[in-house]
Amino acid sequence: LCIQEDGTVLIYNLFCEFKRHFSMGNEVLQNHVLEAKVFHTEYGTGVAILTGAYRFSLTTNIDDLKLRRMPEVPGLQKPPSCWAVLSQDRVTIVLLAVGQDLYLLDNTSCSVVTPPGMSPSTGAYLQMAVSFNYRCLALFTDTGYIWMGLATLKEKLCEFNSSIRSPPKQMVWCMRPRSRQRAVVVAWDRQLMVAGNSTECIHGEHRFVLDEDSYLVPELDGVRILSRTSHEFLHEIPEASQEIFKIASMAPGALLLEAQKEYEKESQKADEYLREIKDQKLLPEAVSQCIEAAGYEHEPDTQKSLLRAASFGKCFIDKFPPESFVRMCQDLRVLNAIRDYQIGIPLTFTQYPPWDRHMTDTSSSPSRLVLRRLYPLAIRICEYLRLSEIQGVSRILAHWACYKVQQKDKSDEEVAHAINQKLGDTPGISYSEIAARAYDCGRTELAIKLLEYEPRSGEQVPLLLKMKRSKLALSKAIESGDTDLVYTVVLHLKNELNRGTFFMTLQNQPVALSLYRQFCKHQERETLKDLYNQDDNHQELGNFHVHSSYSEKRIEGRVGALQNALDEYYKAKNEFAAKATEDQIKLLRLQRHLQEDFDKPYLDLSLHDTVSNLILDGHHKRAEQLYREFKIPDKKYWWLKISALANRGDWEEMEKFSKSKKSPIGYLPFVEISVKHHNRYEAKKYAPRVTPEQRV
Amino acid sequence: QHEVDKLYKVESRPALSTSDQFCFLVRPRIKTMRYIADIVNADKMSGRSRKYKIIFSPQKVSLTVLCCHLPHVTCDEWSFYLLPLDEDIISMELPEFFRDYFLEGDHRWINSVARALQLLNSLYGPFGKAYGIGRCAKMSYELWRDLEEESEGDSQGRKPEIGNVFLMDRDPDYVTALCSQMVYEGLVDDTFRIKCGSVDFGPDVTSSDKSIKVLLNAQDKVFSQIRNEHFSSVFGFLSQKSRNLQAQYDRRRGMDIKQMKNFVSQELKGLKQEHRLLSLHIGACESIMKKKTKQDFQEMIKAEHSLLEGFDIRESTSFIEEHIDRQVSPIESLRLMCLLSITENGLIPKDYRSLKTQYLQSYGPEHLLTFHNLKRIGLLTEQSAGETLTAVESKVSKLVTDRAAGKITDAFNSLARRSNFRAISKKLGLIPRVDGEYDLKMPRDMAYVFSGAYVPLSCKIIEQVLERRGWLGLEEVVRLLNGNEFSISDSAVEDNPAWESQRVILAVFLGGCTFSEIAALRFLGKERG
Repeated sequence: LCIQEDGTVLIYNLFCEFKRHFSMGNEVLQNHVLEAKVFHTEYGTGVAILTGAYRFSLTTNIDDLKLRRMPEVPGLQKPPSCWAVLSQDRVTIVLLAVGQDLYLLDNTSCSVVTPPGMSPSTGAYLQMAVSFNYRCLALFTDTGYIWMGLATLKEKLCEFNSSIRSPPKQMVWCMRPRSRQRAVVVAWDRQLMVAGNSTECIHGEHRFVLDEDSYLVPELDGVRILSRTSHEFLHEIPEASQEIFKIASMAPGALLLEAQKEYEKESQKADEYLREIKDQKLLPEAVSQCIEAAGYEHEPDTQKSLLRAASFGKCFIDKFPPESFVRMCQDLRVLNAIRDYQIGIPLTFTQYPPWDRHMTDTSSSPSRLVLRRLYPLAIRICEYLRLSEIQGVSRILAHWACYKVQQKDKSDEEVAHAINQKLGDTPGISYSEIAARAYDCGRTELAIKLLEYEPRSGEQVPLLLKMKRSKLALSKAIESGDTDLVYTVVLHLKNELNRGTFFMTLQNQPVALSLYRQFCKHQERETLKDLYNQDDNHQELGNFHVHSSYSEKRIEGRVGALQNALDEYYKAKNEFAAKATEDQIKLLRLQRHLQEDFDKPYLDLSLHDTVSNLILDGHHKRAEQLYREFKIPDKKYWWLKISALANRGDWEEMEKFSKSKKSPIGYLPFVEISVKHHNRYEAKKYAPRVTPEQRV
Repeated sequence: QHEVDKLYKVESRPALSTSDQFCFLVRPRIKTMRYIADIVNADKMSGRSRKYKIIFSPQKVSLTVLCCHLPHVTCDEWSFYLLPLDEDIISMELPEFFRDYFLEGDHRWINSVARALQLLNSLYGPFGKAYGIGRCAKMSYELWRDLEEESEGDSQGRKPEIGNVFLMDRDPDYVTALCSQMVYEGLVDDTFRIKCGSVDFGPDVTSSDKSIKVLLNAQDKVFSQIRNEHFSSVFGFLSQKSRNLQAQYDRRRGMDIKQMKNFVSQELKGLKQEHRLLSLHIGACESIMKKKTKQDFQEMIKAEHSLLEGFDIRESTSFIEEHIDRQVSPIESLRLMCLLSITENGLIPKDYRSLKTQYLQSYGPEHLLTFHNLKRIGLLTEQSAGETLTAVESKVSKLVTDRAAGKITDAFNSLARRSNFRAISKKLGLIPRVDGEYDLKMPRDMAYVFSGAYVPLSCKIIEQVLERRGWLGLEEVVRLLNGNEFSISDSAVEDNPAWESQRVILAVFLGGCTFSEIAALRFLGKERG
């Protein structure tokens, strides 16, 4: 991060390539930056700024920018002598000192605070330091007094009087997780002082001379002291190391190390030492101590001798669980590899916690390597640690590919080929993600080429749509067989293209077209009409009009719609449908008349039922008229008429009808229908006219 | 557990409730979505605020969601694919499948089929061999394979419990579905509609004033014995059964007190249960008989049989005509017309026009659209004199190039397919030649399900393919059925004929199947062990 005077924050990657920038707001722009602090909390990286107007502005996460302007400190006329950002109970607050007063700024208010156990004569504050975990706070005053306590300002841990009154250049905490010993490191130009609460190791204070200008970096488990020529790490010696390396230590680990050394010298003393440990039944502990201590060593030789001691001790124990030893060997191998000067990541064992090993979040070493573009080493580490392909190698390759697509000097073909060559079908690789990256870099063609390697067509579609390759997206969606996906693309296309082009695109994709038709059928019936119009599908247009005629309430509307259908059917050269529709119009009109004349519902009856009802009501003339007008086949008419007459019980009329001309359906139906109505008498009348072969 | 207040059926009535959360468990259908939309909008109008959740089964379909744009509603899926209806029947219960796929060309259910296969696969281990015919079958199979590859499930190395799977589209064999069913279960379905393995017997069956819902499966001891029987032997069986039952009841006489106690405590309940079922099925039989004798059922069967055999087409056509003219039943008339069309490769133009005209006159002009749809799926077509074979072929080749554009292509815009029924029937011997009477009580082949007149094509194909362990020797039939056959064996599964699983065959009908086919396959299963 690089913060400019006007409050612009520039973000670069590790390779000093500019990523993006953001502004800290108008207030900062107007009053300029007086001082800025970058801090890290569990919410990400934050930036706090003290402006020329002595006001604070901050954001807790630069990736999710929310600017907060802190309340004003009343009566503040000059810049605070020192200030720090605290994170307590998920709230980020600012602590500042003006002379002898301490102020706490939270979101809404400014309050004066006094640290407990601080005497009033200690003078004005010159420097303050917050521990890495935001739990502890140290204050330095102009009398050389150091107050150390909890950051909540509720408890004092200890205090000191250093004889140095000049303002220190830097003050940082030096402590180890889960250790109760806490110390503060204070640096002046050529002097370093360590002050702490430990009873044993740091009696009061320790002073060191600095040969060069140095800078202190507080870390999780210690302090890095960086100067132009050296890089030192100051930390609390872990207990295991102390036990082993303390002068004249009789701890089991120390004895075991000694035993192993004697064993190598082929001296019988080895047995003595070993016996001593075994007598106390402390051998397992000795082995554990050696393993643990090996982790804290930076020199491979020391690591080796400790591990050798552990391995030696292990031989004399039944069933010592091997995991801790194996894991330590693995961890050290990885740590040594990345500590190599060519890689240059001098992580301590604590900073490389084993529980991180199997996760590839940014804090573990393969990911750190990935960010540094040290892909081969990262892959080798993953393989060495036997991480599953999906968790390890695939991810690294994906990162590599994402980096590869940014190389502008190579052609699209070359890059795509190189990526495919290396990635192949490695499980867990998402070509669409890589393609998305290529598209972000403005390489659309490359993105399309990469998408070709994506086996899941469903994954290709969203990116293709984003790249405005809608037609390609459409065919991919269809290929996937996922209708929902096709709908997504179709509706996207609909909004994106003009109507004509949209229809044309659909014409070439029958599946999409049929899906869109389904959609229109239920949702946009007018569009459906346009669709049919477009490809001159008169048959479907006819059907469309027939369909809509049924939603018309008034007869005129229905007739109108049917008339339209009729025209379309003619255009479609479907004479049958045209004739049928014509008949339907005729029937509708007739039915309306009938309804008016007889005051009975006739509408929507079929022709058969209309005629049948007319006969039932005794309107024989009207029935006859319909029979002729609609050219009802004779047979049909006869069937219809006799069953209607029988239903009416009009046997007289039936007899008349039977004699009107020769029955086209014979006379058996007359008999049957009479029998059905339990009229034996009538049945007998027709029996003689039934043909002899049917009479049986 | 979740404090569900009350369960409502999704129907036309609005659900009145005071609770502030609604959860809908529905099929992705536009109609049900409209119903939900009505409820949501009504609540909005009256100023009620509720939370709504819609759970779609088996999967969300964006069409339905899109069509009823609803704010403040969350959706979820319940991947419920298979409903076991009986010991040997599993159903997806998707009645819309046929219309959506075969008529509208909507491929959404293929995904469901593939997922259902995946589910079966995960439950019963890999299928040893997969056969199939039809485009839908092929697409479903391919999609399923893709899903399997993606999921990388560890079904590998598992002992397969289902040896063979046979996927079959409905459209190569419409004939079977169009024939009148003759086995008891089929007739019950035709008459009363079996829904999800249960049937509502109306008052005329129960001989009381209530209707009763009866589960029809292998658990019903009476039903399981007659379900697969030809109807003609069912009545005899039932009367024999009732005599036996009576005899068992009669044993009561001459019992001493102790025996009587035994009888009441142990046998009586079972007997009563059986008695109840027996009277129900006798009632159902009577009801079926009444219907079937009334409408010249015998004549209709005769017409059907001559259509299948291809004799006396003229006579059958006039029978159909009379059927229409007398308004016997709109659906039966259509069924006969379709059967005529498919067996004859389309109607001759004169008949095509006149039958349709008379149908419209009898049953109403709205059926114009019905005819259009039937033509589109090739169920009711016109013999085309003008359209030569080359014209058909050029259409086919056009379709093929379309297909090259993507794995899945348009299915609906197809030409009215030629059914080639006669040629297939001859090739596979679907019309059994029997001397003398066909013994329906002791059937020799699957034709018994249609009174010995016709072996269901679908079942015959399954039989042939399984017998030959592939399509070899059936090339001509495949060509006549428009191809798209496949037969793939899973190399990971050892082909061990000794395994029990080799005897388990899963037949998947895409687009529905009839109880006659189930009966025929059960017969086949029994014959071949």
